[in-house]
Parts: sequence; C-alpha cells; structure tokens
Amino acid sequence: MSVTVRFFASLREQVGAGQLDIETPAANARELWSQATALPLDPHVRVAINQAYADVDAPIADGDEVAFFPPVTGG
Amino acid sequence: MIIELRETPYDPYAELGAFTRRRADLAGKAGANAVFVGTMRDFNEGDTVEGMFLEHYPGMTEKELERLCTECSEGAGVLELLVLHRVGHVEPGEHIVLVSVWSVHRAEAFRVCRDVMEELKHRAPFWKRENLGERQRWVEKNTPG
Repeated sequence: MSVTVRFFASLREQVGAGQLDIETPAANARELWSQATALPLDPHVRVAINQAYADVDAPIADGDEVAFFPPVTGG
Repeated sequence: MIIELRETPYDPYAELGAFTRRRADLAGKAGANAVFVGTMRDFNEGDTVEGMFLEHYPGMTEKELERLCTECSEGAGVLELLVLHRVGHVEPGEHIVLVSVWSVHRAEAFRVCRDVMEELKHRAPFWKRENLGERQRWVEKNTPG
C-alpha cells in the first residue's frame, strides 16, 4: 500500500525530509517510522493519522497520511 | 466558533473591538467575556530571543483547534468563542494568541478561556523555533500553566 509520511519541526530536520510518499507493508505507525527513518523512535514523538492524533501502534491503511512530530509548543 | 491562523502581526484589542461591533447579537445576551492574550517575550531560559518562527501543520492545526474548542465549550453555555493564532515569523512584543469567550455568566467564560488555552498548549500542532542571534533553537516544552 502507499502512504504519505510527514515530519514536522525538529523531526523534519533530523530525518532530512518533510514529506515522503512511500510504498510500505507497515501495519502501524511504529513500523512505518522504522522503514522511513534510520532513527530510534523517541517515546515523546506524537503521531497523527489523517490529521488526528493516534496511537503509534494504531493500524494504518492505504492512502493514509501519517505524521510524526515532537511535543507541541504553541500559544 | 471562529478559528483563524494569521501570518501577519495583529492588534488583539482592535480585533476584539471590530468583532464585537460585527456581532451586535451578543449585546444583551453575553453577560461575560473572558479574554486571554499571549505575547512573545524577548527572553527564554536565560537567553535573549531576537525572534522566532512558528511552524504549524496546515489542516491538522485548524482541525485540532476546532476539536479542542468544541470539547472545552460543550454544555458550558458558551455564546461565542474566538481563537486567533499567529504562524510564521514573530518578533518580540508581537501577539501570538488571542482567546475570547462570551457566555451568559462569568464562571463559564473564565473556565472555558483557561481550558482552551491549556488544551491548545498541549494539543494544537505548533512548534516554536527561537532565533538567538548566533544560533536557532527549537523550544522543547511549554512553561507550566
């Protein structure tokens, strides 16, 4: 299946990409992270699937947009 | 509920004046209006901050703000809720966030205004990168509310 992977803020800089469109057999965001990056997955990293917060072990599906980002600091 | 992201500086007090003039229907109905304005400081963690870039997640940031505003105001008798948040380059002294809540009585206005700010700080996808002059630094966590 194909998914869009997005990285924001400091994670985008560490990974070296803001967006990747990839073919993947990954069942969840955790497996997708391992395929898309060579970095360990910090437990503070937040995950969103289709622009809503999701658990890192929640299943992903064909066409999903999966985002990884550090703790938020707005306001 | 009005949620807006703004790329340019704004005057929150002028925004509120203009909004209340447009929304004459709130007059006589809203007995209370609680307002929070968050402004950029020129110092953080012992360093002088010259400016910052506010990154966001276009699409999700607006959706998450809508979700948290809906949750915070559910069943609270809120008549109107306005959230205005800057994105992009911000200079010290410029206003970052405006939260304004209109309700019948003060208790709901105070509570919802604070709840929206706390939820925004913990959930809304924004990230601050500070310009310290000779280097840039990502802000890693919020100051306690």
